[in-house]
Amino acid sequence: MVARIQLPKTAARGEVISVRIAIQHPMETGFRFDVNGRAVPKNVINTLTVRYNNAEVFRAEMGSGIAANPLLQFYTVAGASGEFVFEWIDDAGQRGTERAMLEVQPG
Amino acid sequence: MLNVIDRWRCCWAEATGKPQRFAKPLKRMRFLLSPWRNFCVIGCLAFTVPALAQQAATPAKPKSGIEFAGADIRAMQADDFANPGMLWVARGEKLWNVPAGRSNKSCASCHQDASSSMKTVAARYPRIDAATGKVINIETRINGCRERNQAADPLQYESEELLALTAYVAHQSRGMPVAVVADATNRPHLERGREIYYRRQGQMNLACVNCHVQNAGRRLLAETISEGHGNAYPAYRLEWQAIGSLQRRLRACYYGVRAVMPAFGSDELLDLELYLARRATGLAVETPGVRR
Repeated sequence: MVARIQLPKTAARGEVISVRIAIQHPMETGFRFDVNGRAVPKNVINTLTVRYNNAEVFRAEMGSGIAANPLLQFYTVAGASGEFVFEWIDDAGQRGTERAMLEVQPG
Repeated sequence: MLNVIDRWRCCWAEATGKPQRFAKPLKRMRFLLSPWRNFCVIGCLAFTVPALAQQAATPAKPKSGIEFAGADIRAMQADDFANPGMLWVARGEKLWNVPAGRSNKSCASCHQDASSSMKTVAARYPRIDAATGKVINIETRINGCRERNQAADPLQYESEELLALTAYVAHQSRGMPVAVVADATNRPHLERGREIYYRRQGQMNLACVNCHVQNAGRRLLAETISEGHGNAYPAYRLEWQAIGSLQRRLRACYYGVRAVMPAFGSDELLDLELYLARRATGLAVETPGVRR
C-alpha cells in the first residue's frame, strides 16, 4: 500500500495548515461480481486517524461510497513542532502507517 | 421508448382502475450498463462516418487528449498530489531501488538516478531493438533488462509492479516532446501500424481513423472523442480506477468496435503503438496523465 502525504515543512505558530493524504487502495465496494459470478467481498479503508503530537486531530470513517485511491484533506492549527502520524486499516485487516514532521516557528 | 410505454401504461391504469405495471427499472439500468448500449451508439456512428468528408490522417498540429477533457480532469492532472497516477510513480521509485532476481541488482545499480538516466525515454519509445530487430516499448524494455541483467522473471503485463516501473520511467520525460524518428529500421513497422490505423475491423467495421481523425472533437454520448494520442500513458483512467498501459487502452478500443483483441505485447499492438508515437510527434509527454 503506497501513500503520499502533503503538508508544509514549516509553519508559524497558530497558522492554519492544510494536510493531505492519498492512499493507493482498490476500495472494493462489495457490490461487484467477478467473472465467475461470485460477489467480490467488500474491502475499503474503514478508518483513518491522524495524530499530531499524540493528540488525534482528524478521523475519517469510510464506506463503499468512497472511490478507489482516496485523497483526504483537512485543516489544522500548527501548535508545536512535532510529528503527524497517519494510521489506517481496511476491511481485510491490512494496516498502514505514514509519518511526517512539521516544524513550528514561534510567530 | 420505455418511457413512452410507461406513460401509456399509466394512462391505461387511470382509465381502467387496474394497478399500474411499469417496466422494471432494473431492466432499463441493465440496458444502459450493458455492452448493447455501446453497440447501438457506435452502430449509429458507423452510419454517419462514410458521409463525412475525408480529412488528412495527421492533423497539422496534434492536440493532446487533455485538451478534450473537462475542467475537473485537467485540474486533477495538473495537481501532482491530486493526480492518483503519482501513487504508481511513487511505487515505481521504490521498486527502482529494490534488488530483483538472482543477480541481486536493482535498476539503480546500473542506471543510477532515473531522473537523468531515464530522461527522454518516453519521448523516444517505442523503438527497434538492435539485437532482435523487433519493436520494443518501455514495458518490454524493462522486462528485457530483468531477464538479461537481473536474472529475474519478466513481470506480467498490467501487473502492479510493471505499471509502477513503466509509469516511473516514463514520468522522467514529462514535458518533453514526443520525437520518434522514422528511419530505415522502423519503417516497415510504421507502415504496418499505419495500415492497422486505417483498417476497418470488428462488427462495427470501424477503423481508428474513423473516430480519432474524422470525428475528433465530436461527442460520443457523454464523451468527447479525442485525437487518440498516447502521450499521457501509462495514464490513470477514472473508468479503471487505476493506472493502465497504452496497450490496455488500445484493447479497449478493439473491444469497442467489437474486434478480436490482440494479446498484450503482440506485434500488432507494438506496431500500432509505434505509429501512434510517430503521429503524436511534438506533443509533450504527460505521464501519468488522467483520463475519464
